Amino acid sequence: MNTTNSINSGDTAWVLIATALVMMMTPALAFFYGGMVRKKNVLSTLNLSFIIIGLISLQWVLVGYTLAFGPSWGGLIGGLKFAGLSGVGASPNPDYAPTIPHLAFATYQMMFAIITPALITGAFVERVRFKTFLIFSLLWATLIYDPVAHWVWGGNGLLHRLGALDFAGGTVVHITAGFSALAFAKVIGPRKGFGKTAMEPSSIPYTILGAGLLWMGWFGFNGGSALAANGLAVNAVVTTNTAAAAAGIVWMILSWLDNKPSVLGVVTGAVVGLVAITPASGFVTPLAALLIGAVAAPISYYAIRFRQQHNLDESLDVWACHGMGGMWGAIATGLFATQVINPAGANGLFYGNPGQLGIQALATLLVIVFAFGVTFVMVKGLHKLMGLRVTENEEEVGLDISEHGERAYT
Amino acid sequence: MTKKIEAILREEKLNDVKEALRQIGIMGMNVTEVRGHGRQGGIFLTGRTGTYQVDMLPRVQVNIILSDHNVDKTVEAIRQSAQTGRAGDGIIFIYPVEEVIRIRTGERDREALMYEGDIDTR
Repeated sequence: MNTTNSINSGDTAWVLIATALVMMMTPALAFFYGGMVRKKNVLSTLNLSFIIIGLISLQWVLVGYTLAFGPSWGGLIGGLKFAGLSGVGASPNPDYAPTIPHLAFATYQMMFAIITPALITGAFVERVRFKTFLIFSLLWATLIYDPVAHWVWGGNGLLHRLGALDFAGGTVVHITAGFSALAFAKVIGPRKGFGKTAMEPSSIPYTILGAGLLWMGWFGFNGGSALAANGLAVNAVVTTNTAAAAAGIVWMILSWLDNKPSVLGVVTGAVVGLVAITPASGFVTPLAALLIGAVAAPISYYAIRFRQQHNLDESLDVWACHGMGGMWGAIATGLFATQVINPAGANGLFYGNPGQLGIQALATLLVIVFAFGVTFVMVKGLHKLMGLRVTENEEEVGLDISEHGERAYT
Repeated sequence: MTKKIEAILREEKLNDVKEALRQIGIMGMNVTEVRGHGRQGGIFLTGRTGTYQVDMLPRVQVNIILSDHNVDKTVEAIRQSAQTGRAGDGIIFIYPVEEVIRIRTGERDREALMYEGDIDTR
């Protein structure tokens, strides 16, 4: 059989566009985060995300793709067949996406591998040593992201065989990033003056710009995960938009009840809705998406409160927004999934299949323990070997000057 | 005798104060942006969840150099136009000034402070 003939140009075009949309999310995240730090650390924070585009692009071509999507070694990790993207070309790989070039699939997946470690940077902004951060990101991508991506999406992965559903990365992207952020924040400790002096965001407009571009990019993230230009992709785009809208509105109400309707709160809520719908977007109806988004907002809102009360400087709330939002999304998939939307998926609890909820919970728990545990040990080791933080004086001056010798504004 | 008035005001009251000063014939002034707090101690801003306190609030400082006998009238104009009655309205300091020299003409003191249509010619 000539597999090249099975290529569908519409599907391929959509996946290429979705690749560009997901790529844009990492600079968008840079602005989302950059606006929330103090003005002496804006460049540093933007760079933490931006440099990961370079770093993980190379890692993915060399080993990342094959560790995640190479032929499975016991469901745990991919073999080295696709190292250097060798043998990954214009013909489709029917295990992953039968109607687009294998290389298109690999490149689309690259953008997911990039944004995930970029998400974690919110945990340690304004104090991390740049050199240590670079090493951490490479290790994290290789030892945590690639295996978990294999478990969930690799043809014979552990969690895939278990029957866990994750349409676009609720567990692979958001739970891993969120709980790794928590572990990193615990080890690196709070910023100087945390809890004593106000740390005012340098530019909430940057954050709103970033959130808007994230929202748009998410259509590629979730819609593209259909890996075809079809009704399922449309469903994913609609559920994505609906969940973001619901979570943004609910967050506004929560913020209003506490004081005034914070704009930073509204855009945070929208992002939390996007996180929560990610694993479910190709399995649930738009109405279910509305509920998933609406419930995600209070979960993350009170998770932020909880970590503030515990005096934990997980600075930009990666755990509260991505970890807890992703956890809810994974569980909600086990509640609301229906084969009416996606015959290749499964039914959830509300469609007569309580077992799916158990599978989702088990997969979630496993990924939380793995991501938190391995990150904790890795960061402890880096702390011993290289030091995680800049000096106190460098921190006071700000990382823009002390780490990069540059100023954002003059 | 020449005096300097330093009035620290709410930003949003600057236009009202400028208008009141123009009405009584205070023609020259300069303004600097300052940050700080007084007895009020700061305000609460809305964050992602709930509120947080900031203690360095933006204010404007209006600087006016004038003759002694115009001080009371000017202070009263500033006070009335800048007041809201809520904490954070600001404060006025008055200092003696040793000498004033106008750069263009070399005029000193009283002459250096005179303008056409100013408070003393009304």
